[in-house]
Amino acid sequence: MKTVASRETRNLLQYPYLLWSSLFIVVPLVLVLWYSFTTPTPTGRYEFSISNYRRFFEPVYLRVMSRSILLAFEATLICLALGYPAAMIMVRLGSKWRNTLLLLLVLPMWINFLLRTYSWMVLLGRQGVLNQLLQWMGLPPQSILYSRGAVLIGMVYNFLPFMILPLYTSLSKIGKEQIEAAEDLGANRFDVFRRVIFPLSLPGILTGTTMVFMPAVSTFVISALLGGGQDMLIGNLIEQQFLSTGDWHFGSALSILMMVIILIAMTVVSLTDKGKTFEEGNLW
Amino acid sequence: MKRFLKLAFMGLFLVLLVCGCTKKSVVLNVYNWGDYIDETVLKDFEKETGIKINYETFATNEDMYIKVKQGGTKYDVLVPSDYMIARMIREGLLEKIDIQKLKNYNALDKRFLGFQFDPKNEYSVPYMWGTFGILYNTKKVTDPVDSWAILWNPKYKKQILMMDSVRDCLAVAFLRLGFSINSTNKEELQKAKELLIQQKPLVLAYVGDNGKDMMAAGEAALAMSWSGDAVTVRKQNPDLAYVIPKEGTNLWVDSLVIPKNSEHKEEAFLFIDFLNRPEIAKRNVEFIGYATPNRKAFELLPPEVQKDPVAYPPNEILQRCHVYIDLGSFLEEYNKVWTEIKSE
Amino acid sequence: MVKLRNHASLSKVYILLVLLFLYAPIGVLIIFSFNNLRSTSVWGGFSLRWYRELLQDRQILSALYYTLSIAILSSIISAAAGTVAAIGIHRMHPIARKVVLAINNVPVLNPDIVTGVSLMTLFTALRLRLGFTTLLLSHITFNIPYVVLCILPRLRQIPKEVTEAAMDLGATPPYVFFHVILPEIRSAIFTGFLIAFTLSVDDFVISFFTTGSGVNNLPIVVYSMARRGINPKINAVSSLLFITVFCLLMIINKRDTNIQKLEV
Repeated sequence: MKTVASRETRNLLQYPYLLWSSLFIVVPLVLVLWYSFTTPTPTGRYEFSISNYRRFFEPVYLRVMSRSILLAFEATLICLALGYPAAMIMVRLGSKWRNTLLLLLVLPMWINFLLRTYSWMVLLGRQGVLNQLLQWMGLPPQSILYSRGAVLIGMVYNFLPFMILPLYTSLSKIGKEQIEAAEDLGANRFDVFRRVIFPLSLPGILTGTTMVFMPAVSTFVISALLGGGQDMLIGNLIEQQFLSTGDWHFGSALSILMMVIILIAMTVVSLTDKGKTFEEGNLW
Repeated sequence: MKRFLKLAFMGLFLVLLVCGCTKKSVVLNVYNWGDYIDETVLKDFEKETGIKINYETFATNEDMYIKVKQGGTKYDVLVPSDYMIARMIREGLLEKIDIQKLKNYNALDKRFLGFQFDPKNEYSVPYMWGTFGILYNTKKVTDPVDSWAILWNPKYKKQILMMDSVRDCLAVAFLRLGFSINSTNKEELQKAKELLIQQKPLVLAYVGDNGKDMMAAGEAALAMSWSGDAVTVRKQNPDLAYVIPKEGTNLWVDSLVIPKNSEHKEEAFLFIDFLNRPEIAKRNVEFIGYATPNRKAFELLPPEVQKDPVAYPPNEILQRCHVYIDLGSFLEEYNKVWTEIKSE
Repeated sequence: MVKLRNHASLSKVYILLVLLFLYAPIGVLIIFSFNNLRSTSVWGGFSLRWYRELLQDRQILSALYYTLSIAILSSIISAAAGTVAAIGIHRMHPIARKVVLAINNVPVLNPDIVTGVSLMTLFTALRLRLGFTTLLLSHITFNIPYVVLCILPRLRQIPKEVTEAAMDLGATPPYVFFHVILPEIRSAIFTGFLIAFTLSVDDFVISFFTTGSGVNNLPIVVYSMARRGINPKINAVSSLLFITVFCLLMIINKRDTNIQKLEV
């Protein structure tokens, strides 16, 4: 009887979201797929075609794609490097500060993105706050605004909380007992981190990188504003197809290709540490 | 967490309380650029006519176009720009304007009627207009500024701001080469592309609206700028000057139109006519700071504004200005070229 | 001991630096809400004019109302639905789970414009009038995947034996959920909720395409101002919002401390 009951709940819980995601995710996705595999004919009808996909393999578009992925990858790495220590420190804080600090981390993100980015321009400009600070300290001014560095600062700024939060949740699960047990067995700090903390936090790292990397690939406003719009990114290109050119077909193909490339890359990453990371399968 | 949830629910409750119920009357849906009307004008219209205005805003012509075309929500008055009006007319999205219903129509300046995007003015009533030119810092630029060519002068390397927009950048290149800003000739387009690629190392940034702040802050020496922005920004930094180059430039017109699926066309006419009243048009143009195509409103403006050649360039300069037309499917070529420029 | 204290103060410095990085731009934008010029980056003297004008601006005030109500509603609903979904997904067959997770990732991966336009097409095909409901639906749609992503790793950290043992002892599934699973994943639900709220408050593109009938949120108002330059009124409303939440947070934190002191 018990097993029957548990099986029933097992079956029930997944259905609401399956239903929801088929309507609001799968149906729109099918629509995008349909657009990506058709082209309009002069008679006003649509015919099947893979020309939208073929177009992507022109060198210009490949360069746009690889540039976007590289930029997102760098931003994700920096977020991880900055976020991991922050999450570890937060876990050790007293319970009264933990939740407050969590909220403090996301609070800046409740302010409009454009305003925050414009503020960065004020901070980073040639005559900006940062340079005036440098001059005041007798250091030479830097031109940070409209450089790749500025783009990375902007991206890290906008995505850092999405890295810290999941890292924090997965680290907070690691019990003091586990660490103490390891220390009792004679492990030093580094060993404890390498053998106990880090492996146990891997699920959090994976979630954090997913939530930073995936949206980072398709953002372009940060690069347009802080990088001076010198380079086109995949997000730009897709938006251009949907809005300016009105070519939803090519735009859809671009976004499908982008998704496929990233999903494959992520799956490969998760397969490499299969078994080591989780007892029962991996995140993707 | 429970406490936080409680707080969240309390917040929601408060927010719901604040929302007052609105009375049922005719609601006119106006779709405009953000911050592009003196909002007291809307209140005055409501007071005078009893028609409630539902005011929504968009960021670009293209955004607006998709929403109108999809038709998930209905609008009664829109404010698209020239080339977008042509496209919407071509696709049958706009209603004809009955001039008989617009008592203040003759207040409009004839110079801003009959453009190529709507030759007989059957569909659109001009609302605002302007040009773009070169905004420069007189402390940093020593050469005379009278030609677009100065934006290719290596002396000002990394001191130049261009607009982050395909058509505007290509228009500058076309003008410099002596071609039409609406060119649909592939060879001309290639030449323009090469010119812009050649310019790219000199460009500090391709900017949007923040360009004028960058100029005001002295971050750059030269910038492509809208005339309306030039008027505002010169008040913030007196070192700045604005010039329409001798090769000419683009003249844009934002016009009031009524979409075909509007459910309140009579009220829409009333609203458009209201905006054409000289004193109302004057209030709007003073709030926005661009230029009005309403002759009687223009006459009400203070003389120093009337004589400002930045906002209201003299006729001989206006003759060198060209309006964008709808490029149709050739726009794809423009966008491709733009992608190539931005991938160098 | 000395070493430990050093370690603790180093930690504090690090957290403070991270907070400085996050709050520096916020400081700048609050300063510019007092600008006398109509500019968000060129200073022209102190004034309160934007706060005065804000009180008269019904578009911004109504946008603030819609932003907050959509954000609160969508994040609560997504946190609840996402929790159920995550547990359901967690119990699925590994292959089915992979498929569902790939689908779950689609809204995270997809450029906003694609999500926005395709949802708009869906709503118009369903003959829904764009407005509050469609806006709420689309916010829930792009929020749930983030909640699921937050909760899944935490579920995976619960040893299987724990739930099985509870079941063997005769616990009903709801009892297991409320007394075994929920306490374990509470902090993950909270972070999921926070992320959902954050995404909802600041979403422009998807909101723009899925709203209508006079329902605007703040991001739409801000972006639509971009052609003419953002009005410092937006800085004013953002500063007010920010300072309110910040003060509430500090009050709650303070109260928690007091309660803890009493308990001790």
